[in-house]
Amino acid sequence: MSEFPNRANVVVIGAGIVGSCLVGHLARLGWTDIVLVDKGPLPNPGGSTGHASNFIFPVDHNKEMALLGEQSANQFRDMELSVDCGGIEVARSEERMEELRRRMTSARAWGIEAHLLSPAEVKELVPFINDEVILGGFYCPTVSVVDSLETGTTMRREAIDTAGCQVFANTEVLDIETVEGDGGVTTVSRVVTDKGTISTEYVVIACGVWSNRLANMAGATIPLVPTVHQMADVGPIDILAETNNEIGYPVVRDMDSFCYERQSAGSMEVGSYGHRAILHHPDEIPSNEEAALSPTEMPFTPDDFDEQMEQAIELMDMLGEAEIRYAINGLLSLTPDGMPCLGETTEVRNLWSAAAVWVKEGPGMAQVVAEWMTYGYPRVIDVHGADISRFYDGERSDEHIWSRANESFIKTYGIVHPQEQWGGRRNIDVGPYFSRQQDLDAMFFQARTWERPQWFGSNADLVERYGLEERPVEWDNRWWSPITVGEHLNLRENCGLVDLSAFQVYELEGPGAVAFADKLAVNKVDVAVGRSIYTPWLTPDGGFHSDLTMMRMGEDRVRIVTGVFDGGRDEFWVRKYMPTDGSVTFRNITRQVTTLGLWGPNAPAVLGQLTDQDLSQNGSSYGSIIPIQLDCGGKMVDASLFRISYVGDTGWEVYADWDNGPALWDAVMSAGADLGIRPTGGGVYGSSGRLEKGYRLMGAELESEYNPLEAGLARPKVKAADFIGKEAYLAAREKGEPEAVMTVLTVEDQTDSHGRRRFMQGGNEPILTPDGNRIVDSHGRASRVTSAGFGPSVGKHLLMAYLPRELVVPGTDLQVMYMNDLYPVTVASTGAVFDADDTRMKS
Amino acid sequence: MRILVCVKRVPAPGSRINVTPDGHAVDTAHLGFTTSPHEECAVEEAVQIAEQYDGEVTVLTLGPAESDEQLRYAASVGAHKLVLIPITEVDWDPQRTASALTTAIADIEAADGPFDLILFGNESADTGGFQVGIRVAHALERPVVNGIKGIDLTHGTASARREIDGGFEVYEVPMPAVLGIKEGINLPRYPTMKGRLASKKAEVSATAVEALTGGQTRVRLHRPVEQVSETLILGTGPEAAPAVVDLLEELGVLS
Amino acid sequence: MSLLVLCDHDRGTLDEASLEALTFGRDLAGKAEITCEAVVIGAGADAALDSLAAHGAEQVHLAGHDLLTDYGPEAWGETLTQLVRSTGATAVMACGTDRGNEVLAHVAARLDEPFVANCTDITPGDVWTMTRVQWGGSLLEDTTLDAGIRVVSVTHHAVEATPADRPAEGSVVLFTPDLGAEAARTVVRDRVVLTQGITLATSPVVVGGGRGVGSEDGFAQLEDLAGALGGVVGCSRAVTNNGWRPHSDQVGQTGTRIAPDIYIAAGISGAIQHWVGAMAAKNILAVNTDGEANMVAKAGYAVIGDLHKVIPAITEEIARRRG
Repeated sequence: MSEFPNRANVVVIGAGIVGSCLVGHLARLGWTDIVLVDKGPLPNPGGSTGHASNFIFPVDHNKEMALLGEQSANQFRDMELSVDCGGIEVARSEERMEELRRRMTSARAWGIEAHLLSPAEVKELVPFINDEVILGGFYCPTVSVVDSLETGTTMRREAIDTAGCQVFANTEVLDIETVEGDGGVTTVSRVVTDKGTISTEYVVIACGVWSNRLANMAGATIPLVPTVHQMADVGPIDILAETNNEIGYPVVRDMDSFCYERQSAGSMEVGSYGHRAILHHPDEIPSNEEAALSPTEMPFTPDDFDEQMEQAIELMDMLGEAEIRYAINGLLSLTPDGMPCLGETTEVRNLWSAAAVWVKEGPGMAQVVAEWMTYGYPRVIDVHGADISRFYDGERSDEHIWSRANESFIKTYGIVHPQEQWGGRRNIDVGPYFSRQQDLDAMFFQARTWERPQWFGSNADLVERYGLEERPVEWDNRWWSPITVGEHLNLRENCGLVDLSAFQVYELEGPGAVAFADKLAVNKVDVAVGRSIYTPWLTPDGGFHSDLTMMRMGEDRVRIVTGVFDGGRDEFWVRKYMPTDGSVTFRNITRQVTTLGLWGPNAPAVLGQLTDQDLSQNGSSYGSIIPIQLDCGGKMVDASLFRISYVGDTGWEVYADWDNGPALWDAVMSAGADLGIRPTGGGVYGSSGRLEKGYRLMGAELESEYNPLEAGLARPKVKAADFIGKEAYLAAREKGEPEAVMTVLTVEDQTDSHGRRRFMQGGNEPILTPDGNRIVDSHGRASRVTSAGFGPSVGKHLLMAYLPRELVVPGTDLQVMYMNDLYPVTVASTGAVFDADDTRMKS
Repeated sequence: MRILVCVKRVPAPGSRINVTPDGHAVDTAHLGFTTSPHEECAVEEAVQIAEQYDGEVTVLTLGPAESDEQLRYAASVGAHKLVLIPITEVDWDPQRTASALTTAIADIEAADGPFDLILFGNESADTGGFQVGIRVAHALERPVVNGIKGIDLTHGTASARREIDGGFEVYEVPMPAVLGIKEGINLPRYPTMKGRLASKKAEVSATAVEALTGGQTRVRLHRPVEQVSETLILGTGPEAAPAVVDLLEELGVLS
Repeated sequence: MSLLVLCDHDRGTLDEASLEALTFGRDLAGKAEITCEAVVIGAGADAALDSLAAHGAEQVHLAGHDLLTDYGPEAWGETLTQLVRSTGATAVMACGTDRGNEVLAHVAARLDEPFVANCTDITPGDVWTMTRVQWGGSLLEDTTLDAGIRVVSVTHHAVEATPADRPAEGSVVLFTPDLGAEAARTVVRDRVVLTQGITLATSPVVVGGGRGVGSEDGFAQLEDLAGALGGVVGCSRAVTNNGWRPHSDQVGQTGTRIAPDIYIAAGISGAIQHWVGAMAAKNILAVNTDGEANMVAKAGYAVIGDLHKVIPAITEEIARRRG
């Protein structure tokens, strides 16, 4: 045992699967002076890793979780600490069978072997299952069981052997200290432990269920809550013991009872995600000394498990006679949105989070964080959904975390619709028109903390006017309304008013503001005052960090307007790269500025009633921002008109002071009353309108794995000024034509095998060749649907997907899989399928 | 064969036990509860005897309402009848406990007939008073032996074994008798899943019993001053063998 | 006014626990300003008289009766109770051994007085205050004792047995109790020397193997060492999970709890699940390649190294010394 150091380059706190793999990956990337500490003993420090059931189902609808799961499974395999035992998700209901078909689709998207089995076929693989209570099963032969503790030991040993990593078990962190760094940036400085204090450049918190408590020591937050998952080990069971193996039968997930049955040598581990949500504050978790078992193996509360027990016996009768030999309320981490917390904390520079990661994604997520720390961005895959900076303040409170965890626990094995909305913690952030929209019977969708109307019940008459119908299958109809099609058609015919208050708006000001803005953006920000640009922000590796609009508001003032989903990540990005010499100041003015989108052929006529100013392309040209006063019921309201469109019809984003919002809404609605104006929801703005125009969306089409050339957003020239990712971007341009190109495809026949018309949701449905083969580009990236939606004005269901360059020929016939059925699709365009030359927008 | 087992609900702590701020009780905030281990073995022994002689096992506890959990656990491993003497305090002193149990047992016997055997744990895991079973036996005027790690029943006599160094003492106790059971007499079974589910439906009869407090009064609980034990590293690799054998000799295990 | 201290002997040799009780009682009686008197039950105690006096027994009550030739909890309890009554003793104590606590519980039941077991410290007065152990020593309890006759036991090892500065007089008083048929019910009838094979739960030596043993065959070396020490082999849950050993060999939460004089834990990381089953061992020697392993931290002794080299070396060393 070595002497406790007083200096390190990086201190990793937590020696579970994540922290142990992290030091291994840091060592591989060349880091030295690594110290790993854990308050518990090794190899099982007492966190969630120690009681994990350690199986990996590689199929997930979510791309990050699926690919990092697969990545992790492969790392376990490489260490030979993994057995492919196979796994079956069984269905007891027709609704679940449909979900299994959806999983077949996701399996195909990620190239994972999977089969739908009849009850008899399930019984062939699992002879002790009661095939009379199931309707079928989803079988994945590459489901694996891993040895997570031994993996941790192996990775630590690698870090020790190759990089001199120092490991200290039984060492409790008492404080994480910070200093005011350059420009007053709070920066991590020292880790105080009961064995001594270490000065360090970097600190990574990989403390699982304790992570938020550790982060709080430094004044940061890692929004997660320790949550109980019950597990009982029952046995002995002869048929299992006879395998003479840790695992000889496939893992069974009894999805409709939210249970799993996983052989562990001669006994069966029965785990449940079906009980009530049982949450604990980190301070309630006992220490290693206080705990009867380990700290995260809390006392079993049998009453919560009884229902699952009955269902388990129903599925496998032999379990009834098996003894309950070990049963725990095991703790794991839940976050407000179900995704991990990876990356640098927003509050403290060089304090990183590698938390809310389960064993199944551990090694992959550790690699992500190690790459992120090394290269400034992860390389293995895009992880914007796991980026800890995605959270707004309103998502970091215990109230929010607990509410979400209470609601989401049952979704662990649930059937979750891609558009599914939360029930609790709503109306956290609302626009100034909220009460008006409630009066108009708006259906609100929540984007992070912000409420946005998706459609308006008051527009129900449009359904009849345009002869619209509900979709025939409930799943396709769920969280959807034909009203949204009506709003779309009305906007194309007349005009629509869209609430864009959830836009996140920032301003950079100071002598260095424009230069700094140019450093962030691919396109030139140093344009004439009053002009605005749309631009990608790239990662150092030249992929997308974001896309947004930047406005030159003054000589030394630049406004940044970005979408609500990425506001947190973008604000953090700005703060991270901002000069520390005081030449630029940052302000978040989201709450001071409201935005209304007014689009449609009648938009100029509507707005013209509120001003005498020239609103033609002469007075308000496409892409320009002009200041204006609008007569709002006699009150003159100062506003800016930004002539741009995300829906394909002419009009403006109208910016005004937040407090003037209600007056502006009323004035525009009243002016448009005879011109067919309708409040119009996000179903048009974010989906049907943009899809017809082929507009890309950050987080869907745009992510760090793709560059602007592939996304079709490269300009003919590259600006002279330096910007983040420029070198990589230039290199990509040098290589010529991109490997893959973003395209819009049309679904040529939406009829499924039951003769019903179906509507793909944009949930990573795979694009396949006419022969049914997967399409994968030379980088190994699979072609899958990034966005989907019906295009009312073109009468086709539209899909967006990256395709290898050679397939990007309009008219090429391909297929898409949806719910395990195949549908013919045709490559339509790399841009718009509606009004391709933008005549409507620029007239 | 009618057998009664008296059990106590106790916390299941780790290696460090915390005390409530007022010092009157164990801080059970993080803790689950269990049946005192000796008593868990007593229940198992009773169930085995009942299985052998077609008997009936009644389990009796004096404790808070939550002791229902321990009674049902006993039912899940084969006990037939469950009786709770509810108390509102954390604990009763040994005299008071014994007095209440005596009253309750007399009541049960008056209603349902006498018990052939009454089993206690040798001592409770928590307070360790070493006396309740003996007091009850004395009050009921029945023979009692503690420390029992083996029982054979023949013709109204319980042949009870008690572990001593290198062997057993054997007692021939006429029934009805009281025995204090020690862990190791058997390996208690775990409940089966079906047993657990069935125990949910078991009936628990609860009857309050009054008893006078005894002369022993708790003032406070506290943790002893901790002795930090360092690991003595005897050496590295096979070269450490002589040091290991020296240790074995010193401990007297190398006969 | 006297304190009676029950002392136990084997053919005249007082056990350490009794001398501890006498040492403690002598001091307690001094503080309470009463006399300290010893009680010895059964024949053959003559040889112990000097030692009792040396440890402060001002009087020694020798109790004899046909029913007292061997131990019997009720006979002993009844005898001590009658002695308390006949001497007018105000306090009675013993060491908190299985026998000591058992007999005192009988005495207390008969006197209808409280009994405070396993004290570490006692302050006499109108109401006595004392500290006693709970939870097998993990917690201490301060308590008060309000009684006509105080019945207390002192925790084993709470004090070291030491002779008094001046030997006491140690005058002998014979006592014959009046024992009825009831006292005969629970007298030892037979003693059985253990001849059957030792079990995991009772073995004085357990050699345990964990995942680090690596295979079913790897346990042969552990069997050899256990054989040399007259012990048995145990294993961790990982081992039974791998099918290397039967479940009956498993030490731990879901296996057997052991309490040997020494537990040699080879290649066992010391998962808590396992630790719970092994923690009652009086001594633990961990053999592990990882010096940070939990088992190493918790063990009193450790050897850092590959068990497949260390274990055979120990077996050989034992054989060498035995010649």
